[in-house]
Amino acid sequence: MDALAPLIAASMNAGTPLMLAALGLLINEKAGVINLGSEGMMLVAAALGFAVTVHSGSPATGFLAGAVAGALLAGVFAWLTVWLGANQVACGLALSLFGVGASAYIGIPYVGATIQASSWGIPGLEHIPFFGPALFQHHPMVYGALLLCAALGYFLYRTRAGLVLRAVGESPESAHALGYKVRRIRLAALLFGGACCGLAGAFMSLVYTPMWVEGMVAGRGWIALALTPFATWRPARVLVGAYLFGGITILTFHMQALGVPIASQLLSMLPYLATILVLVLISRNINWIRINMPASLGKNFNPNS
Amino acid sequence: MKGTMLRKTLYALTAASAVALASPAAAEPLKVGFVYVSPIGEAGWTWQQDIGRREMEAALGDKVKTQYVEDVPEGADAERVIRDLAQQGNQLIFTTSFGYMNPTIKVAKQFPDVKFVHSTGYKTAPNVATTNARFYEARYVAGMLAGKMTQTKVVGYVGAYPIPEVLQGINAFTRGLRSIQPDAQVRVIMVNSWFDPGKERDAALALLDQGADIVTHHTDSTATVQAAEERGKYAIAYHSDMSKFGPKAQLGAVTHHWGPYFTKEVQSVLDGTWKSNQVWGGFKEGMVALEGFGPAVDDELKTFLKQQEDAIAAGTLNPFAAPIKDNEGKVRLADGALDDKGLNAMDYYVEGVVGKLGKN
Amino acid sequence: MLELIPRAEPSRLMSWLSPVLAVILTAVCGAIMFAAVGKSPVEGLAVFFLEPISSLRGWSEIGVKVAPLLLASVGLALCFRANIFNIGAEGQLVLGAIVSGAVILHFDDGTGGGGAGMIALALLAGAVGGAFWAAIVAWLRDRYNANEILVSLMLVYVAELLLSYLVHGVMRDPDGFGFPQSRLFDDGFLLPVWPGTRLHLGVLLALAASLLAWLLLSRMFAGFRLTVGGLAPLAARYAGFSSRRALWGCLLFSGALAGVAGACEIMGPIGQLTPSVSPGYGFAAIIVAFVGRLHPLGVVFASFVMALFYIGGELSQTRLGMPSAITGIFQGILLFALLACDVLIYKQFRWRRGAAAMIRGGRP
Repeated sequence: MDALAPLIAASMNAGTPLMLAALGLLINEKAGVINLGSEGMMLVAAALGFAVTVHSGSPATGFLAGAVAGALLAGVFAWLTVWLGANQVACGLALSLFGVGASAYIGIPYVGATIQASSWGIPGLEHIPFFGPALFQHHPMVYGALLLCAALGYFLYRTRAGLVLRAVGESPESAHALGYKVRRIRLAALLFGGACCGLAGAFMSLVYTPMWVEGMVAGRGWIALALTPFATWRPARVLVGAYLFGGITILTFHMQALGVPIASQLLSMLPYLATILVLVLISRNINWIRINMPASLGKNFNPNS
Repeated sequence: MKGTMLRKTLYALTAASAVALASPAAAEPLKVGFVYVSPIGEAGWTWQQDIGRREMEAALGDKVKTQYVEDVPEGADAERVIRDLAQQGNQLIFTTSFGYMNPTIKVAKQFPDVKFVHSTGYKTAPNVATTNARFYEARYVAGMLAGKMTQTKVVGYVGAYPIPEVLQGINAFTRGLRSIQPDAQVRVIMVNSWFDPGKERDAALALLDQGADIVTHHTDSTATVQAAEERGKYAIAYHSDMSKFGPKAQLGAVTHHWGPYFTKEVQSVLDGTWKSNQVWGGFKEGMVALEGFGPAVDDELKTFLKQQEDAIAAGTLNPFAAPIKDNEGKVRLADGALDDKGLNAMDYYVEGVVGKLGKN
Repeated sequence: MLELIPRAEPSRLMSWLSPVLAVILTAVCGAIMFAAVGKSPVEGLAVFFLEPISSLRGWSEIGVKVAPLLLASVGLALCFRANIFNIGAEGQLVLGAIVSGAVILHFDDGTGGGGAGMIALALLAGAVGGAFWAAIVAWLRDRYNANEILVSLMLVYVAELLLSYLVHGVMRDPDGFGFPQSRLFDDGFLLPVWPGTRLHLGVLLALAASLLAWLLLSRMFAGFRLTVGGLAPLAARYAGFSSRRALWGCLLFSGALAGVAGACEIMGPIGQLTPSVSPGYGFAAIIVAFVGRLHPLGVVFASFVMALFYIGGELSQTRLGMPSAITGIFQGILLFALLACDVLIYKQFRWRRGAAAMIRGGRP
């Protein structure tokens, strides 16, 4: 039981980049666009964020740089898909592929560089036995992700702007007929989604493992993509999915260290199998999916046609 | 007839003199190629290989011209890269990862005049030699260092894959640790990757959370050392001195030294005395070291550790001398010392390691 | 100002010109990249584009890369046409390698057996392995509405871990000093190769698969159903086309082809089961499928181009010392350029006069 508090803490930490990226992708998809370039955006943001922090000494600037990088790449994606009408899936894949190479390139001078590590905690709360180490000693971005989750839930379902966004995702034709600028709304969604992926990437290289190495995001961008249908496009469920995935990964390590007699590779399969299992359980009700999945997801819209 | 004979003789003479003029004096530098499995980076397996390459270059100067290709994945692609290096005129090629073994042998067959040295493998050919280092010797002494410094008597080990090389390290470390503290234990997490900083860090933190106050690793990044630094605990680095990444945390580092070996191999090619052999060197040959001692290690301890090193180099201390019992109670070696064959077949954890290997 | 307006009908000229333009655009970007790191752009482009095709061995190596890419992308092209997003071809490839490897290890006792029958059996086993892995995806979507993107992707990681578990354990070479790899397969169990090269039968199988898929799509009713199902799902349902049949058919077909790709890799250039049998062919095949416009014959051209980029990128590393990142960058730029140029098939540029001029002139 001694290890339970650290386990919770580690799960929150591990789930944060997944959650940040998945929330951004969720906004994209609510508006009807699917951007598969999350891995590429996260990597470029991680490299650039780290580079900026090395030079400026300020992780906050690094996070900002990461968000801007993600948004810029998403902007390129937006230009290609929303304005030029190119296939969204293909563009997203191209972005990921490009991002892997570009980040490696950008990061070359920074391999082996170090940044100042710091320890964090909410004053007062952090020393509460058990809950302190479990919940209140995290980097601000962990709490930021939680706030973002709540904010997006409010935005999507309690504000007019959120309603418009969802309308664009369900039926861009109707939204257009009502006078809404569908393309601009989708662009805004994509830029926001890119910025979130950027924050997630920066979190990897500034907080999670404070270093830069090629490919350090190690597939988390793809996992984040998988989390949005897992969460049936609802922000609160993204939180559950992200922490679940992160938590199970950490748990399998603890199990190894305790000597549980299962081969390490089989234990490592658990997070992926668990995700599939939970998805199956959630998806059994097709109406649930129909209600929540944006109807126009992946289809381009041209206001001039 | 006579004219043709004359012309032919003239041609032959010209050719002969051209050859005679070309050969001695300014000899072409020997081209030496290196194939790396990961980016060179600033620490880790490939970084140490590259240090070796640069030391060899410095030692031999104009006589060699080196070339390297990094980040070459093991598998079908490696063969193409190795072949390309051979085709570009490299006379000696170092392939520095075990996954290159079969590709190296295949290419070596097609280029019988080119010499190859493969690290951590076991297949040789008339033009293929193998090399490896007895990392476990340094691991044993590192274990003793940990034994002197641990207070919780739990040490964490972030491993990569359950292969003999990694197991030799874990087991030697544990035996060294328990030679100082007989009831200390080592907990192992295999991250199933040579290089995944995120996983390595998670594993290191999990081990620290389970009560370890010293962690070490067999993986390639600095994540473990950095995790220890952040938590205010200790770490023993592997491959390279990682004190830059953990100035307070690093107690020491088990390091590889390939420079002298590379220089010897290249020189023997230059001298024409190169032979295919299987080198597995340790402290005695200067291929491994325990260095980079941190501020917490006092001089008395350093002296003690050096004495152990010297004993291993001299052969009076053997990390794997009998009796060897595995962590399920079975006796693996009753008397004598584990020979190379036994080391290469290692598929168990020794007493003191908490962990279970899958049914292998 | 310059604006894009839809064409009256898609331009055939641009259909052909677009890939060429895309490659030229990529070359230009590449030249800039080479110059930016201080290498000669001309030399860089020559090494990247021309060197790989300048010798028989070069062509054969491209063929070695084309085989798995083409096999996987043919299946994916069909899947994507039917709007079934099988992102897990990599996992299906690995399973194909595992199952065919298991069959070979079972029959290969080192006494020189093998032959055409065994090879056919092993390839079939690969197809079954890949199809099985894809069937899981199909079943979960069919029965439980589970999104195939997520399931197929998760199964990729599971497949890779399974391979690692097996080569560290039951499939490990007992005489291999504990290295995680199976023993080398006897020559009788390896695919026939073009003498002097590594070019193996897989390339022919891939071309045959591509032809078969083209026939299916263009000549057979099943192909028609598939195409309609992807373009207009409601119309297809009204016409009675079973989307369930399309789901299972496409996934099993692409899974089987990916599995054969995996089998060819271990029976060809690798020659044994190792912890890593593919440098991401299953994912690259997704790109190839799109670059080939989801057309079974188009992907032949696309897989050639992609293979060329792989080899060219590698040569840039070994000859010019460029970082390994270069391959990914080039491939990404190519795809971006192609997608941008493809737009010109359906739209064209036109100068449009400003609003003031419109009002004055009275004409758009």
